[in-house]
Amino acid sequence: MTAPHVTARQTVPQAAPTRGGHNPESFAMLLQHPLMKPLAALFALLLVDLVFIPGFFHLEWKDGHLYGSVIDIVNRAAPLMLAALGMTLVIATRGIDISVGAVVALSGTVAAMLIGGTMVMHNGVPVYEANTPMLWALCAAMGAALLCGAWNGLLVSTLGLQPIVATLILMVAGRGLAQLLTDGQIVTVYYQPFFFLGSGYLFGLPFSLYVVAAVVLAVSLLMRKTALGLFIQAVGINPVAARLAGLKTAALIFFVYVFCSACAGMAGLMISSNIKSADANNAGLLLELDAILAVTLGGTSLAGGKFSLAGSMIGALIIQTLTYTIYSLGVPPEVNMVVKSVVVFLVCLSQSPEFKQMWKRKAA
Amino acid sequence: MMAQVRGFASAPYFTSLVTVFLLLAMLAAGGAAYPGFLSLQVVLNLLIDNAFLLVIAVGMSFVILSGGIDLSVGSVLALATMISAWLLRSAHWPPVAVIALVLVLGALFGAAQGALIHYFKLQAFIVTLAGMFLARGLCYLISIESITIEDPLFVAMSQTQLEFLGGFISPGALIALVLLGLAIYAAHYTAFGRAVYAIGGNEQSAQMMGLAVGRTKVLIYALSGLCAALAGVLFSFYMLSGYGLHAQGTELDAIAAVVIGGTLLSGGYGYIAGALSGVLILGTIQTLIAFDGTLSSWWTKIVIGGLLFVFCVVQRLMSIGAKNNQ
Repeated sequence: MTAPHVTARQTVPQAAPTRGGHNPESFAMLLQHPLMKPLAALFALLLVDLVFIPGFFHLEWKDGHLYGSVIDIVNRAAPLMLAALGMTLVIATRGIDISVGAVVALSGTVAAMLIGGTMVMHNGVPVYEANTPMLWALCAAMGAALLCGAWNGLLVSTLGLQPIVATLILMVAGRGLAQLLTDGQIVTVYYQPFFFLGSGYLFGLPFSLYVVAAVVLAVSLLMRKTALGLFIQAVGINPVAARLAGLKTAALIFFVYVFCSACAGMAGLMISSNIKSADANNAGLLLELDAILAVTLGGTSLAGGKFSLAGSMIGALIIQTLTYTIYSLGVPPEVNMVVKSVVVFLVCLSQSPEFKQMWKRKAA
Repeated sequence: MMAQVRGFASAPYFTSLVTVFLLLAMLAAGGAAYPGFLSLQVVLNLLIDNAFLLVIAVGMSFVILSGGIDLSVGSVLALATMISAWLLRSAHWPPVAVIALVLVLGALFGAAQGALIHYFKLQAFIVTLAGMFLARGLCYLISIESITIEDPLFVAMSQTQLEFLGGFISPGALIALVLLGLAIYAAHYTAFGRAVYAIGGNEQSAQMMGLAVGRTKVLIYALSGLCAALAGVLFSFYMLSGYGLHAQGTELDAIAAVVIGGTLLSGGYGYIAGALSGVLILGTIQTLIAFDGTLSSWWTKIVIGGLLFVFCVVQRLMSIGAKNNQ
C-alpha cells in the first residue's frame, strides 16, 4: 500500500491536483480524508448485510412508494440524525448535551396532548379531529423544546456550569415534567395528518427524510457560507482565545444549546408521530448516548474544535444499520449494547494520540 | 457582623452544612405534616432502603473529587447482581466465593476504565459511558430474564434485623455505614486521599509534585467499580434477584447525591461524608412522597432536578465569589 504512494511522490513532486483524480496521489489524499473511516465502516456493515441477509438491497414499489430494508433503515435513523446534528455543534464547542432524550419526551408529549383527537361523525362516517389546530400544537412542542434549550444555554453560557452537569438537571427533571403532563400515562393520538410527519411518504420516499435533508442542508450552508462554523470551531479549540479575539462566545454557546434542543424537539415530534402516541417514560430513552456515539463515529473529537456534520450523519446511519443487522441476523437484540460499547472503545482508542504512538513504537 | 456572616458563608464546609440543615428541615416538615413520620425507624429505613446508593455514592465521591466522572456504576451494579444470581443458581458456587469474585470483577472493570482514561488520555465521560453499555449488555448475555436468588446466606442477609439504637437496621445498611467510615478515613488521613484531592485540584501540579497520578487514577476508578459491585451485592440482598434492568439511572442519583452533599463537580473540593447527607436527602424526598400518597413518583425526579439546580448554582456563585475575594 505504501510503496506506490512513495514512488508517486518521487515521480510527481508536489504535483498540482490533476483533473482526472485517478492518480495515486489524489487516491492517497482521498484515503486521508476524515470521512474515509466512517464511510469504510458503513460499507463494511452493508457488505455484511449483502452477504448474510437475503434481499437486503431489494427495493419494491408498492402503493405508490418505495419499500425495502434500506428505506426502513434511513426512515428509522431520521430522529437520530437530527439529534446527532444538534449534538455535533454542541460537542464542537467542547460541550455535551445529555438532556436530548428528555427533550424528545417533552416535545412529543406536548404535541400528542394538544393534538389528541376526538371522534366526530361526518355524514355518518367517524372522523377524528385535532383538539388544537396541528400547526399550533407543533409550534407549542417546538416552543417547549426551545425553552429547554434556552435553559441549558443559560446555565452553560451565563452561569458557566459544566455542560454535563447543566444538562443533567434537565435530563432528570425534563422526563419528570413530561410524566407530570401526561399523568404517567401513554397519550395516544388519533389525528391522521399528524402521522404524516413520521410515517408519511412524499414522492415515494419517507417524508422524514426530506425534513432531515432540509435541516442538514440549511445548517451546512449556514456553517459553510457564513462565519458561524468558523466561530463555533474557534470556541471549541480555545474558548479564552476566541473571547479575546472578540467573539461573543457566550452568545455562540447559547445558540448551540438552543439549536441542539430544537433538533431534539423535531426528533421528538417525528418519534411520537411514528408510534402514533407519546410515551413520557420511554420516548427517546438513551437517545443522547446514541447521538454522542454517532458524533464520535463521524470523526468529531469530543475535545471540541473541528466538526463534521456529514460524518455525524454517517455515524447515525452506522448505528441504525448496526441495529437492523443485529436484529435481522437473529442475534438477540441485547447484544447490540455490547457491540456498541466495543465500537465506542475502538473509535476512542483510534482517536487517541497516545495509542497511535504505542503502536508505532511496537512496529519500530 | 456582616464580615462574620461572609466568612461563615465562604467556609469550606458551608454547602455541606446547608445540606444537613436542609435534611433536618425536610424531616421536621415531614414530621409536622404526617403523624408517625418522625420515628427513629423511618430514619433507619432511609438507610436500609438506600444502602446500595450510599455505597455507590461513596465510590462516586472519590471519582468526582479527582475531577472525573463514572457513569458505569449503575450497570456494574446490575451486572454484579446478575453474575451472583447466575453463579448461585447454575453453578452452585458457595455464596462467599460468589461475593468475593463479584467484588474482584467490579474492581477490575473499574481499573480497566481508569487505565483507558489515564494512559490513553480518553475522556472519563465517554469511557465510562461505553462501560455502562458494556456492563448492561453483558447482563443480557447472561440472561434476559430476572433470576431469583434462593441461597440461604442471601436470604438470611435480607431478613436479618440488627438492633440499633432501639430500632433495627439490615446488615446491608451496616456494611454501607462501615464502608463510609473506611472511606472517610482513606480520604482524609491517608496518602491516597491526599493524592485524590491533589489530582482534583490540578492534575498537572500533582504530577509535578511527584505524586503517582497514574496509579492513583486507576485506583480511584477501581475503587468506584468495587463500590458498585458491593452495591450490587447489597442490592441482591435487598431484592433477592439478579436482573439486567436493576438500578437503571442509579449513576445519576449517585452524582446528584454527591453534588447535593457539597462536593464540587470540578473536583478537589468536598467531603466524603457529604455522600451520606446527599443520599439521605434523596431518600427523604422519596419517603415524603410515599407518605403523602397523592403525589406521583415523577415528582421525585422534578424535585431532585430542582435541588441539583439550586446546589449547582450556589456552588458556582460561591466559586465566583471566592475568586473575587482573592
